[in-house]
Amino acid sequence: MKYVDEFRDGALAQNLAASIAAEADADRSYSFMEFCGGHTHAISRYGVADLLPANVRMIHGPGCPVCVLPIGRVDMAIELALAHGVILCTYADTVRIPASDNLSLLKAKARGADIRMIYSAADALALAQQQPDKQVVFFAIGFETTTPPTAVVIKQAQALGLKNFSVLCCHVLTPSAIANILESPEVRQYGTVPLDGFIGPAHVSTVIGSRPYEFFAEEYRKPVVIAGFEPLDVMQAILMLVRQVNQGRCEVENEFSRAVNRDGNLKAQNLVAEVFELRREFEWRGLGLVPYSALRIRDGFAEFDAEKRFPLGYRTVADNKACECGAILRGVKRPWDCKLFGTVCTPETPMGSCMVSSEGACAAHYTYGRFKDIAVVSA
Amino acid sequence: MCLAIPARIVAIDGDNGVVDMGGVRKEISLSLVEDVAIDDYVIVHVGYALSKLDPEEAEKTLALFAEMSAQDSLLQ
Ligand code: SF4
Repeated sequence: MKYVDEFRDGALAQNLAASIAAEADADRSYSFMEFCGGHTHAISRYGVADLLPANVRMIHGPGCPVCVLPIGRVDMAIELALAHGVILCTYADTVRIPASDNLSLLKAKARGADIRMIYSAADALALAQQQPDKQVVFFAIGFETTTPPTAVVIKQAQALGLKNFSVLCCHVLTPSAIANILESPEVRQYGTVPLDGFIGPAHVSTVIGSRPYEFFAEEYRKPVVIAGFEPLDVMQAILMLVRQVNQGRCEVENEFSRAVNRDGNLKAQNLVAEVFELRREFEWRGLGLVPYSALRIRDGFAEFDAEKRFPLGYRTVADNKACECGAILRGVKRPWDCKLFGTVCTPETPMGSCMVSSEGACAAHYTYGRFKDIAVVSA
Repeated sequence: MCLAIPARIVAIDGDNGVVDMGGVRKEISLSLVEDVAIDDYVIVHVGYALSKLDPEEAEKTLALFAEMSAQDSLLQ
């Protein structure tokens, strides 16, 4: 497939690996965080970590929208479907997230809730048009990539004068999460974050552009390289980060120039700004309350806001106390440092955020790397 | 849920389009992109094209991988 196969070429991967090994200074170590779940998935699936020298380490960040969605928000969606009898439309990835009372959206469906898995926000809007006597709620989650489509359907619903369509908005913002990782109070609690640079998100950056990361490069003295989602993209970005560190530079570089520019998609940004405004704070699973890190629907579109249309309250639900996600997401611990990893906590029964979707740090390690580091002992 | 592959536009009808993803055809929305034409490659996410792929920049990036391998073989 064009623009896919060329970026997965094994021989070129070996060459990039050789360059990284040659240029990484043996006398120091390098820790880079890939913010985005898509990169975590690529690194695990293609064994990129195995191609890196021992002193170059990748830390899996919180950039998986399913993983960071707090249980309390899933509870709200379940309440809408079970108690308020709405048709709840959701991206398929959310339906297995374990919520309170031993429920999930899937289990709520088994109890008779009308829950529909949709591919696109447009499907939810179409359903509302087909079922005028039912309330249809779209459970909108995700980063800057899924937000513009939600803005589009809210504007369309307004233009159509729909009275039975609303959105439970859980959209979150990438830059605030990166800032939180670098400077939250927990950073002090966990000790210094050993981060030498970031691999910037691919698709998020197509929307927001590379400009928002310039702040991190300058303010926190951390290099950022935006990379595509294919394994060679990730390796090239790692090489570029090694070079920046070696040369003492802290700049924003763009490996994914085939799809990302400095300004991003202005049409999408304007739509988002028209429909949404910042929330003062929002809870992230694994990160806790993060100021100005999420969006809510503006008053001008209040009738399409499920939180205003239905009597819904938000309640914080804590993860298992033994869960180490907070430390893992900040690079201080690794999945196998957690007592629950692979025993109590598995992708079928996730106890914490990192195990929820295949893009989470613990789930990626469970699926692709669980037995890799275990020494073989002959009986 | 963020995984997505580049798709080639095969039909355009206003804000709607059809893309080909390695032989699979899918209807998508073009309402978030501007100036797209048949045969352009776009990045599609949850049914919406988010950005157009720039073939020249893709070539440059590929050339970058190749360039380094040339350098490496000189060293070897
Ligand atoms: S293994 Fe499970 S409980 Fe442990 S840190 Fe990961 S997600 Fe949390």
